[in-house]
Amino acid sequence: MINGISINMYLMLSAIIFIIGAIGVMARRNTIILFMCIELMLNAVNLLLVAFSTLHNDASGQVFVFFVMAVAAAEVAVGLAILSMIYRNLKSIDSDLLGNLKN
Amino acid sequence: MLGYTITQWLFGILSFLAIMFALMVVFTRNPVNSVLYLVLTFFCIAGHYLLMNAQFLAVVHIAVYAGAIMVLFLFVIMLMNLDQDSEPQKTVISKLVAGILGGLLLVVLVGSLRGAESLQLKQYGHSQIGLVKNLGQVLFHEYLFPFEIVSVLLLSALVGAIMIGKKEIK
Repeated sequence: MINGISINMYLMLSAIIFIIGAIGVMARRNTIILFMCIELMLNAVNLLLVAFSTLHNDASGQVFVFFVMAVAAAEVAVGLAILSMIYRNLKSIDSDLLGNLKN
Repeated sequence: MLGYTITQWLFGILSFLAIMFALMVVFTRNPVNSVLYLVLTFFCIAGHYLLMNAQFLAVVHIAVYAGAIMVLFLFVIMLMNLDQDSEPQKTVISKLVAGILGGLLLVVLVGSLRGAESLQLKQYGHSQIGLVKNLGQVLFHEYLFPFEIVSVLLLSALVGAIMIGKKEIK
């Protein structure tokens, strides 16, 4: 238990937020919202890591969250650069259009 | 108060808000509204970090995610005029399949967690590992090499983003 909250609650909360992010990735065509749902999935995993690190009183989980945040920031920067390049060439950010790379 | 402690109330309210804002992120038409709901989700998750006494991570979470990454998203949306909600929709079948797949994944995850209640673990009151001093000790003693590599990673991301994003001069 963490402060009277069982770890199962954190597991379920993290699972629900992860799945909301996964549904968002599958069900939206706008690439910007796709990136945001990926960030949502990363945050769900961060939450679970911090919960387990608090449970086992081990700081490694929180250090890993720190690194995940740094990598997520780098990934967002590069991803948005690629997105703006694509928008410059194709004038649209529709992910179904981007699926046909030959055209 | 009503059979639950303050901490449990706070956990319940923060979880409910986080899930509601996450749903709004996915189902809003306008991308700018999506970004704002995502910022609110990040604040709720930072509240969860504070409940677990992960102080450093809560502040870094707000500074990095809500302060930098979401501002970057807003800049990109605004500079490229993507804030019209005239996005073509995926077909109804696609959305239905996405919903069914997500629901199945949720059922699998919740079903696998049901038997985990028999884990007997110690109870910790206020953990001290989330404080800046203790986290810094662990970070700089055991994880110094990954820390330096992350700085190289950020440099390479910076150079990569600039190389990808600059206009080519013919």
